[in-house]
Amino acid sequence: MWWRSASFILDRQQHQNNGVAPNPESLLLSSPPPSMADSALNPKSDVSAYYQSRASHHAVVTSDWLDQAQAAVDRHTDDGDSLGSDGIAAPISGGGEESGKAFSVIDEFNNWRKQPDLAEAVAAIRALAAVIRTSEATTMMELEIELKKASDSLKSWDATSISLTAGCDLFMRYVTRTSALEYEDFNSAKSRLIERAEKFGEISCKARRIIAMLSQDFIFDGCTILVHGFSRVVLEVLKTAAENKKLFRVLCTEGRPDRTGLRFSNELAKLDVPVKLLIDSAVAYSMDEVDMVFVGADGVVESGGIINMMGTFQIALVAHNMNKPVYVAAESYKFARHYPLDQKDMAPALRPIDFGVPIPSKVEVETSARDYTPPQYLSLLFTDLGVLTPSVISDELIQLYL
Amino acid sequence: MDSRRSARTVSDPKVRQVGFFTPAAPPERTCSDPPRQQDLIQPQPPSSTQVNDHSPSGDSLSPVMIPPPPHHHSDTLLRTALQVTSPKTAFSYSAKTVTIPAENDDVPSSLSPSRKVVTVRSPSSYPGVRASSVPASELTTVSVVNLPPGISEKAGGASVEVQNDRPVSSKSLKEKTSKAERRALQEAQRAAKAAAKGEGTKASSAATKVVTSANTKPSKAAKPSSQKNDGSQFAASEKKAGDRAPEKDRKKDAPHPRMQYDDTSRVEKAKKRAVVKQTEVRNRVELFRHLPQYEHGTQLPDLETKFFELDPMHHAIYKVGLQYLSGDIQGGNARCIAMFQAFKEAIKDYSTPPEKTLIRDLTARISSYVSFLIECRPLSISMGNAIKFLKNRIAKLPLALSESEAKATLMSDIDRFINEKIIVAEKVIVKHAVTKIRDGDVLLTYGASSAVEMILLHAHELGKQFRVVVVDSRPKLGGQLLLRRLVRKGLSCTYTHVNAVSCIMQEVTRVFLGASSVLSNGTVYSRVGTACVAMVAHAFRVPVLVCCEAYKFHERVQLDSICFNELGNPDAISKVRGREDINYLDGFVNRENLQLLNLVYDATPSDYVSMIITDYGMIPPTSVPVIVREYRREHLWS
Repeated sequence: MWWRSASFILDRQQHQNNGVAPNPESLLLSSPPPSMADSALNPKSDVSAYYQSRASHHAVVTSDWLDQAQAAVDRHTDDGDSLGSDGIAAPISGGGEESGKAFSVIDEFNNWRKQPDLAEAVAAIRALAAVIRTSEATTMMELEIELKKASDSLKSWDATSISLTAGCDLFMRYVTRTSALEYEDFNSAKSRLIERAEKFGEISCKARRIIAMLSQDFIFDGCTILVHGFSRVVLEVLKTAAENKKLFRVLCTEGRPDRTGLRFSNELAKLDVPVKLLIDSAVAYSMDEVDMVFVGADGVVESGGIINMMGTFQIALVAHNMNKPVYVAAESYKFARHYPLDQKDMAPALRPIDFGVPIPSKVEVETSARDYTPPQYLSLLFTDLGVLTPSVISDELIQLYL
Repeated sequence: MDSRRSARTVSDPKVRQVGFFTPAAPPERTCSDPPRQQDLIQPQPPSSTQVNDHSPSGDSLSPVMIPPPPHHHSDTLLRTALQVTSPKTAFSYSAKTVTIPAENDDVPSSLSPSRKVVTVRSPSSYPGVRASSVPASELTTVSVVNLPPGISEKAGGASVEVQNDRPVSSKSLKEKTSKAERRALQEAQRAAKAAAKGEGTKASSAATKVVTSANTKPSKAAKPSSQKNDGSQFAASEKKAGDRAPEKDRKKDAPHPRMQYDDTSRVEKAKKRAVVKQTEVRNRVELFRHLPQYEHGTQLPDLETKFFELDPMHHAIYKVGLQYLSGDIQGGNARCIAMFQAFKEAIKDYSTPPEKTLIRDLTARISSYVSFLIECRPLSISMGNAIKFLKNRIAKLPLALSESEAKATLMSDIDRFINEKIIVAEKVIVKHAVTKIRDGDVLLTYGASSAVEMILLHAHELGKQFRVVVVDSRPKLGGQLLLRRLVRKGLSCTYTHVNAVSCIMQEVTRVFLGASSVLSNGTVYSRVGTACVAMVAHAFRVPVLVCCEAYKFHERVQLDSICFNELGNPDAISKVRGREDINYLDGFVNRENLQLLNLVYDATPSDYVSMIITDYGMIPPTSVPVIVREYRREHLWS
């Protein structure tokens, strides 16, 4: 499932470009490398990297989307390629050195990301750990600055991905806020940092397993579970439940326009779990036969609410109204220091939508890919820190960040 | 906007409603246990009429509940209720009264006035007074602290019965007692009180007391009128002894930041100490009798004449006190800073008297300053926190430090507090809050909050395009000052009064509110009217952002705005300045049946608050206790 992780499409395009005979874009290599800020930023386009990855994963390819994605990706590959060459060649401009390093982080990040089942945030964590390992800094301060730069470039690489940002922030917190910094000897301090970084990476890797174990108590025989979107955590939860010989039924929403539900139902069918597909608008219709709603999260925000695939909010509303519990499975590296007040109060992740028929140019299309579900509609969050109520999220965040 | 627990919302208003019923509406009040009361009424001697009962009860104590009619006394015996905070407080007081008389057996003879004490009915004496008439300090403690069962056991045979099966036993007791018996009992009580004064401790007598108390009640009821006059004085003097012990106990677990002003004995005591002579307003609203309310404008001349006589008070403190009194300094931060500046000057001029240590003497000195300031105006919660900080710093001073060093340390601590906790904190809040303002927003604010003002100005400086709605209310009209500053800076503003808030709310996209304090259940304690604005905003699904520095957080929990509040000058609402034609209330102010309520603060339940912006970032109201837990210790007590 690695190809699902955000921004994968960028690499794929990049690799294709590299593998295939030089295409027109490569000519641009001769142009002077853009500044780091430009390169690190995802090209401004209608399509967020967040969605691009999803799209590539779900193979929703429309001509409209292709155009947009192509445009975006081309620009990005320019940056990436030029940076890549920059990394190899001697730094040209003043900022060259920095951008070279920045690229190496992203490179590392991308390498990690290719591992199946490795979440984006974990890949980022691994990449940052690699930064420490390869760092040539000679003082703690230098190392910290280097790390900070690396994480900044990772974050700005895909500003719309909450878990990437949160993962980087958490790593910085976890690694730098330690007594290691007080070690007199730089090398021992550094090795301690690496140690912590590795440990953090491991913890993050195990998170999904822990969540799956924790949630088993909540799935009882004969229950009907409604899922929305494709969440690897939720899949893991259900897989574990199936392995434990629990008898349950799953209702999958279709998940337009990505058809995430279709994929999810495929996975479940492989596990011999009875699955039923619903169109997204049939949620309220079938809510009375549902015992619980299980969703993943792109990000868990400070209010205790979640940001997740479009449609989560309305499912939560319906469930809340019918007194069905809404459970969220989310790893703790998705806890982000955001506090959206309403739906529009977050960086939008846009996605193209294929309606199957051409849309007149005068008609506007809502292209946001995510929505925000306020905490009062959530029952519990299953995280690797335990089963939490929404209000504990802020508690944890305060302890992590302050 | 996000109500976190929707269920709770419903219950709150009910409580408040109860508060505004006049004494004439007994059914509401008595609802706690109607059947019992009725039972009780019957046994009582005919002399105590319902009407009479009401008036005393009206005076009564309980901050939360409206005082139950007098027949409760018997009732209350049984359930010695706990504290002021519990809804049954009314009972607790009466319970005390009951227990008092205990010692007939021990001291049969002595004085006649005892009855009077018990039955005091003058408007000024509140039920608390009666309660305070408890003779022995320990007794009171028992009644206050212990739950009913405990008492009954201690009280021994007769009392036990009474308490365990209320309706029956109490009735029977009353019926049995003849006039002579009652008389004897009362005398005994008096004796007990007298003894208590002397000794202050007579735990042994507890058992008998309960019984006697039951008996005494009817007699009290019978003689309401005659006793009015002398009663209060007696009560006051006697209570002193009795009340001390419970005070101590209370302090251990939950210190009461404020005096309960319906507790006459303490009020009397406080008055003796007081520098500022405050005249109390006569007609006060039932529910708020535990709060101090004074005639405004009477104290100033008095204080002025005393200016040179008061040597213990530092002149800077004096000045600040006067400014509080006259309302020249308003707003939590301003008051806090002014207080600290005054303390700083006082510390600067301080020199340790011979044979005293700086740590102890200075703490005592600060305490006396603080009590002076409280006399001028009740402390805000933020000031309480600041004082706690200062006292802690003093206590933590190393003994080895020389006086000048110690003073320098303290002064720099004070500066640091002002700087870090107030000035920088506000800047951080502004930084956070500005991220929540988008172009095209319509921001509503209520009253005048310094933090909100800075936010709006900063957002304007950043070039954000937004409109401001300033909502204001009589009598303070603080919003006009804010409005003036905003308009001068070129912001486009709308000004309206709180009456119109429901009309204006539909165009609003964000509500920014200041706060006097945020309590640990997320309740926002702020200028009166804030709750109203927040509720309307919630109803319109407009997010409510509360801006509050973390030093104003308090670990207390408060469910209503009754237990702790401040009463403003009632004249301010009865008269309209500059409108001679609105003089309908002229000459009515001192009418018995008119009560004016000018509340200063109210409590906004956390359900109506979407976010609290503090110097630690933006947090949901549920996280206030986390901040209190994680940071308060560290900063205040380290």
